[in-house]
Amino acid sequence: MSVTPEPPPTTAPTKAPNPPEEPSGAGLFSLILRRQSIVVILVALLGSALIGAALIRYQGVSPWYAYQTIFKEALLVDGGLTRTLLKTAPLILTGLAVVIPLRVGLFNIGGQGQFVISAAVAGVTAYAARGAGFGALIIGLLVGVLVGAMWASIAALLKTWRGVHEVITTIMLNNIAAGIIWWMVTTGPGAFKNTSQIPMTGPIDKAAWMPTIAGIPLGFVIAAALAILCGWMLSRTTMGFRFDTVGKNKFAAGYAGIPINRVILLSMVLAGGLAGLAGAMEVHGVMHHFEPAIGGTLGFDGITIALLARSNPIWTIPAAFLVGILRTGAAGLQFATGIAPEIVDLILAITLLLVSIPVLGRWIFRSRADKVQAAATSWGN
Amino acid sequence: MAAWIQRNKFSVILGVVVLVLAYIYYFSDKTTALSMYRYAWTYAVPLVLCALVGVIGERSGVVNIGIEGQLLVSAFAGFFGAAYSGSLIVGILSGVGCGLILGGFLAWTTVKWRMDQIIAGVVLNIVATGITSFYYKPGQLLPALMPHWSIPGLSSIPLIGEVFFKGTGVIALIAIIAVFGIHFGLFKTTWGLRTRAIGEYPSAADTAGINVITMRLVNVTLAGALAGLAGVFLSMDSTSSFERGMSAGRGFLALAIMIFGAWRPLRAAAAALFFGFVTAAASQLQADQVINVPPQLVGTLPYVLTLVVLAVAAGRVRAPGAVGQPFVKEGK
Repeated sequence: MSVTPEPPPTTAPTKAPNPPEEPSGAGLFSLILRRQSIVVILVALLGSALIGAALIRYQGVSPWYAYQTIFKEALLVDGGLTRTLLKTAPLILTGLAVVIPLRVGLFNIGGQGQFVISAAVAGVTAYAARGAGFGALIIGLLVGVLVGAMWASIAALLKTWRGVHEVITTIMLNNIAAGIIWWMVTTGPGAFKNTSQIPMTGPIDKAAWMPTIAGIPLGFVIAAALAILCGWMLSRTTMGFRFDTVGKNKFAAGYAGIPINRVILLSMVLAGGLAGLAGAMEVHGVMHHFEPAIGGTLGFDGITIALLARSNPIWTIPAAFLVGILRTGAAGLQFATGIAPEIVDLILAITLLLVSIPVLGRWIFRSRADKVQAAATSWGN
Repeated sequence: MAAWIQRNKFSVILGVVVLVLAYIYYFSDKTTALSMYRYAWTYAVPLVLCALVGVIGERSGVVNIGIEGQLLVSAFAGFFGAAYSGSLIVGILSGVGCGLILGGFLAWTTVKWRMDQIIAGVVLNIVATGITSFYYKPGQLLPALMPHWSIPGLSSIPLIGEVFFKGTGVIALIAIIAVFGIHFGLFKTTWGLRTRAIGEYPSAADTAGINVITMRLVNVTLAGALAGLAGVFLSMDSTSSFERGMSAGRGFLALAIMIFGAWRPLRAAAAALFFGFVTAAASQLQADQVINVPPQLVGTLPYVLTLVVLAVAAGRVRAPGAVGQPFVKEGK
């Protein structure tokens, strides 16, 4: 005699109904419509590549040759891929530093400041801890994360406590950070007498360098893992749900009992910590000392990456990789053709422009562009 | 007049006190005081102009985070326009033209296409940095210095005349006129009433027959000319060179000044002068070796001041009601 288990009380099939805006119909076009934000991004990338080509042409260089040089330099040359990945790692992190607050409805323009100030403090600390061997690496990274988180939390506190808009405060903090790091390396605690004319901190121990294993920098592995972790956090945990809810409707979130101020603070602390980690990694993995020009505009590139990734943490990896290719290849481009590496700034700016203009999606898809709205914040609330 | 003083008691008292203190200092140490005040005014001119851009934009309901970019591109266009054409007029016109174009761009993307205003502004700034750093060529010179005049009569007033009207350039004069003109315009004319209406309650303004979209487009675009003048002032008047990133956050300082000035042109100008004076005082104290703070940290003072000012001012002043929100006409 076999006891058949009581079937569970069946209710209506629990399959979620399709979202109403899902375009019905089969074929390539509906696929494109469902994936429209990706298509918009691809069109934007193509468009900026074409505009970039026109600009390069105008400089008297064959665009085809220029792009070829960039990609060859960034990917195919011996050690090129490693250099690109080394560049990509902090870009992923500064991209995440924009993505996470963006999900809460904050626009963190302060990645640059959080990045440089953490790099400076981490560089000074790691130099002070020379002789601690591998320990100095751990200390440097921790210090970087903490300093970045603290720097970003200034903006967050001003936001939650006084309602000051984060775009202005983070920009101001960028400028303040720039002043502080210059002071640190010239007359401040990080000043280090050396033969070169560039003010910098002392070199850190070789034991505290971030290793590159089989051509893949450890920093890249960490950054990619963090991107995946952030993606998981945002889509699968209560915290991520709270982040999204606050970002989509603050009033509803407050009504549902979500502590909005704590969520805002937490998102900025996370962002600052990630940007700070990027700064510390740049010191330990690339420069092995700190100087004010470290990383160039890595922090601002984070904005482009975040908007390219449509504020999805996982997508920051390919977006950062693309920016990394351009940034790495730009040096070779100048060597081969004499075009200033700032061409990359221009191409990235055009990309950002095309990616963020919602009308691009509207042009491609006529009226179905509602989904393409970028996640965004608004003024004064 | 009496009623006006009654209404603005605090501002009037503060203004008189500041003026008296300024005169006391002026008569006690003429050379230092005058050089400090001049420095303050030179520092304040672009901030005043940019704050006016912000005021016009936000009073019409459009946040302009892109002032920084407008400033940078105009400084660039003004300087290189003058350097390549050999004519200051061409430089000024190209600077102002670029301010207008970028203002138009911001207006069109945010008002017509309803792009997020913050993102549009930030994108504008990044594009400005990209363009100016790529096309920057070192080693260019202006064909001539910008002319400076003394206004007869006005320039002989002690302190005020000497700071504002003696040996002053055309842009600084325009800044003074613009402050008073826009203040008058905003609060005493039909244009001002309509502008404030579309920034406070656009659907009501729409019902009253005001074309919100067109008015926002025109206001934000034309305000760009002021940002253009500010940029020209930076690269051609206060200095005679263009550097990469020379706007150095002034566009954002101007936004803070606008908030500090409660979205009113006169108060914003006063706030800009305050910023200029604090910067001047800091560099004077530094030069006299009264305080011994590294110059890099003194350089961050305007930004620290901005944070402090915003923390204090926020909550005390109220932004225009509809600022930051795109207007969608009902039934469309």
